[in-house]
Amino acid sequence: MDEGRARRRGVSPRLWLAGGWLLLALLAAIFAPLVAPQDPLAQDLMLERLPPFWMNGAEPGYWLGTDSLGRDLLSRLIFGGRIAFIVAFSAAVAACLVGSTLGLIAGYFGGWADRIISRVVDVWMAFPPVLFAILLVAVLGTGLSSVILAIAIIDWTRFCRVIRAETMGQSRMDYVENARIAGYGRIGIMLREVLPNVVPSIVALLSLEMGIAVIVEAILSFVNLSISTDDPTWGGIIAEGRLSIHQAWWVLVFPLITLILTVLSFSQFGEALKTRFDPVLR
Amino acid sequence: MLLQRFLIRLLTMLITLFGVAVVVFVVIRVAPGDPIAMMLPPGATDADIARLRALYGLDKTIVQQFFIWLSGVARGDFGTSISLRQDVLGLVFNRLPATLELAIVALVMAVAIGGTTAIIGARERGTAVEAGIDIASGAALSIPDFLWGLVLILLFGVLVPIFDISGRVSPQLDLPFVTQFYLFESLLRLRLDLTWDLLKHMLMPAVALALPLAAIISQLLKQSLKEVLDLDYVVLARVKGFSETQVILREALKNAALPTLTLVGVQFTFLIGGTVIVERLFSYEGLGNMAIDAVINRDLPLIQGIVLVFALLFVLINLSVDMMYALLNPRLRHG
Repeated sequence: MDEGRARRRGVSPRLWLAGGWLLLALLAAIFAPLVAPQDPLAQDLMLERLPPFWMNGAEPGYWLGTDSLGRDLLSRLIFGGRIAFIVAFSAAVAACLVGSTLGLIAGYFGGWADRIISRVVDVWMAFPPVLFAILLVAVLGTGLSSVILAIAIIDWTRFCRVIRAETMGQSRMDYVENARIAGYGRIGIMLREVLPNVVPSIVALLSLEMGIAVIVEAILSFVNLSISTDDPTWGGIIAEGRLSIHQAWWVLVFPLITLILTVLSFSQFGEALKTRFDPVLR
Repeated sequence: MLLQRFLIRLLTMLITLFGVAVVVFVVIRVAPGDPIAMMLPPGATDADIARLRALYGLDKTIVQQFFIWLSGVARGDFGTSISLRQDVLGLVFNRLPATLELAIVALVMAVAIGGTTAIIGARERGTAVEAGIDIASGAALSIPDFLWGLVLILLFGVLVPIFDISGRVSPQLDLPFVTQFYLFESLLRLRLDLTWDLLKHMLMPAVALALPLAAIISQLLKQSLKEVLDLDYVVLARVKGFSETQVILREALKNAALPTLTLVGVQFTFLIGGTVIVERLFSYEGLGNMAIDAVINRDLPLIQGIVLVFALLFVLINLSVDMMYALLNPRLRHG
């Protein structure tokens, strides 16, 4: 108990930093047309490969410089955030719903349900996830919904495995037995008694999964398989930056920093939420 | 007991592989694009297309196609790559050694980095050193291999260009190798100049793959070491006058390592899965890089072959870790 409380207090500044960055990035993405200093698609070969604002040769209004087609990097990052957050939220929620439901069923009912679900999870775990994602998007056709669907199809197992194990543990507890003696039905016990106790893990995984989804989307657009090539995406900017790394390092550095901060924030946020939601630690 | 456990695992392994084969076969045949149409030059007649479809067996039903392919696989015939027009198995075996070398070098690094930091952290428990190790491993774990690869490219490819950022070996070199295991063969032939060139190419992708795994090993092993260090027999060793480092290395480590071993097995498969994008990032000529090209070219036989080989690798690793655990764990050995 004491350790839990101490940890919760210790986590707070990190929660604020992580939450602060995510809120900032999210607001920038939502209000992208208002906050982006330039049109993210406007090409101007007179302005190609401008350096960021503190270097010689920088142009006012192009704070983080431009890429090899003269497009404003900051504006492209802000608009790229839209895709990143849409994918993060929808893919993570979809994977969570499927995976948690199956995990709850497998863990609570056991028997054949558990055997079948666990076997499917085994098969899924035998796929290299990145290759599976690339394959699915190639099959489904590039586009926002394909990317979301592909990530959900691959990553539901993350939820399923953890929730199954937790549900199994919870099902052996006295309170579940008491509820059964009190005459509650099995589905009623699963939803009313077991589910609330695995919610902290679900919430933590959900936040973690959002970070993973952002990375997978970046990887897919890096290999040019995400959404249409016109719209700026973080992975697309990174692919561009990787090519012009010796001429314009900033095209790689800024999207990389953005991605790292976002992924770290999602995982820290998840950890902090877990301790906050945990009924035992609370 | 051990044999029974092994046979059950072998059976589930075969079921898993069959499942993988079914999933990948169904998935890629839902694909709307026609791979045959992409192979032929514009102006090909319908008869040409039909002939090629028959040649690749694409005119049969999906169930028939699956069993034709599966019986081929059972005989070691994975079909012919559509885009490269070569035997799939030959292509895969040509590229697999490069990926295996990369994965093994990364694994060795992960164990070395993770093990060292865990031992230091356990020895310096409760100090700022341990706190520093915790923060570093937390960051290493949260950032995936793809991003580590990019960070390394920037740091050691551009800022301080000491390593090569693309390819497996310098193209101008004359290679005397008869196998595709360049790194191991260069060591055996004592061609250390070639070893160094290969390592210069391999180091950054290997570190990118190793860092998340190193972090997991570090955290878990440190935790087990700290638990073991409070046990009576370790306290006794300390009373006997062994230094803390000796106590950890001689007494605590062998008992603390077992839980870590199981985890390393599963995590090693994640590491191998990571080679797909990391090889792409560093233009490293391995299996993963070829897999991405195969997907982009809609090369169905090649995709199937590569995915199945990856799956086989994963289940074999899990199987061997499981067996190793059973052999090393006294409770299971005698149970």
